[in-house]
Amino acid sequence: MEELLLARLNYWTYIILMMIGLYAMIGKRNLIKKLIGMSIFQSAIILFFVSIGVKRDATIPILKHEIVHAYHEGAHTEKGSAEAKSTSSELGPAPSEPAGRHGNGSLPAIDPQQYENPLPHVLMLTAIVVGVSTLGVALAIVQSIYRECGSLEEDIILRRMELRDD
Amino acid sequence: MKGIALLVVAVTGSLLIYVARDLPAWADPHSPASDYRVSKHYITQSIVETSVPNMVTAVLADYRGYDTLFETVVIFTAGIAIFGILRVTRSERSLRRQVHSGLAPPDLVVQTTCRLLVPVIQLFALYVLAHGHHSPGGGFQGGVIFGASLILIALSYDLRDALIRLSESNALRLAAVGVLIYAGIGLACVLLGENYLDYDVLHRILPADPVESRSHSILGVETGVAFTVSAIMFAIYASLSSRGELNGGL
Repeated sequence: MEELLLARLNYWTYIILMMIGLYAMIGKRNLIKKLIGMSIFQSAIILFFVSIGVKRDATIPILKHEIVHAYHEGAHTEKGSAEAKSTSSELGPAPSEPAGRHGNGSLPAIDPQQYENPLPHVLMLTAIVVGVSTLGVALAIVQSIYRECGSLEEDIILRRMELRDD
Repeated sequence: MKGIALLVVAVTGSLLIYVARDLPAWADPHSPASDYRVSKHYITQSIVETSVPNMVTAVLADYRGYDTLFETVVIFTAGIAIFGILRVTRSERSLRRQVHSGLAPPDLVVQTTCRLLVPVIQLFALYVLAHGHHSPGGGFQGGVIFGASLILIALSYDLRDALIRLSESNALRLAAVGVLIYAGIGLACVLLGENYLDYDVLHRILPADPVESRSHSILGVETGVAFTVSAIMFAIYASLSSRGELNGGL
């Protein structure tokens, strides 16, 4: 049990954060508190995705300088072979073969174990900025509700809306 | 109500904790996300196919170009939505009572510090945008930093001072230009006879080979993203902080 808890401790953290957010969204009556809950929920998901990308003994998904230098040098010496390579864009069995161009053995191979998976980073990069702008929309709606009803408490707003309908 | 909420949270939480046993352990190099061929393809082939060392930038703007295009459209739409929800016209404003929130007098230390900081922040934003190929950075990050510098002006001086530098209509125009740059680069690929956002045909109009032209078009796309993000971040702040009236602000 202890082993299980330690190995999965990161997920427990995100689940607890997520549940705090969910409780705030369902249980609280104040609209701003609901939005705070939504943000906490969102942060939990972002943390979850980023932790999926973590890999032991791997670095950030940016190629090391020497490798980049070698590849750019190689691209300048043989421009023709670059064209042939870029046409084979489908996901073939490429990872198993060394990442050098054909006929050029001097290019260093890139070891996939040395770098983290870039995909979770990409997804969360856009999700954070989009999250900020959707939170902005939510705050704008809350502001105009406050302007109409003079309150942010859900039950008071509902009562005033009923009074207005009658 | 609170009881139901607690019950729902407890049930969902325990279910999630139960299924978390099947998720890969922390930093496992053989987890499905790290072991799948897509990840290996991005890591080993992105330099060959796009000549961009930062894989995150390559995946963001090239492999997942559609995703990023529509994320940019979402941000633009959010800015327009906030404009539509909050903005009040001049006739409505005169009807509403003027709220004077007891503004503190401008502080010399704060204003001078911010005036010295803002150019540095903006320069850094441009660096983050332009250096996104080689280091962590790109359109989203650079755009947010640039937007933050404008918000800093609005906070330390007055919202009106910031709006003199970038008016609301210009901000929305800038955001639209950003989306148009992104979509236009995609359309240029179609006009040259390839798929939408398939940048390597742009080597016919750019002074570069197909792989390098991918790298250059990624920079163009990121610039469009930065335009939209910075303008919308500032427009959101301007509308929210002044309740749509665009006067004093906070």
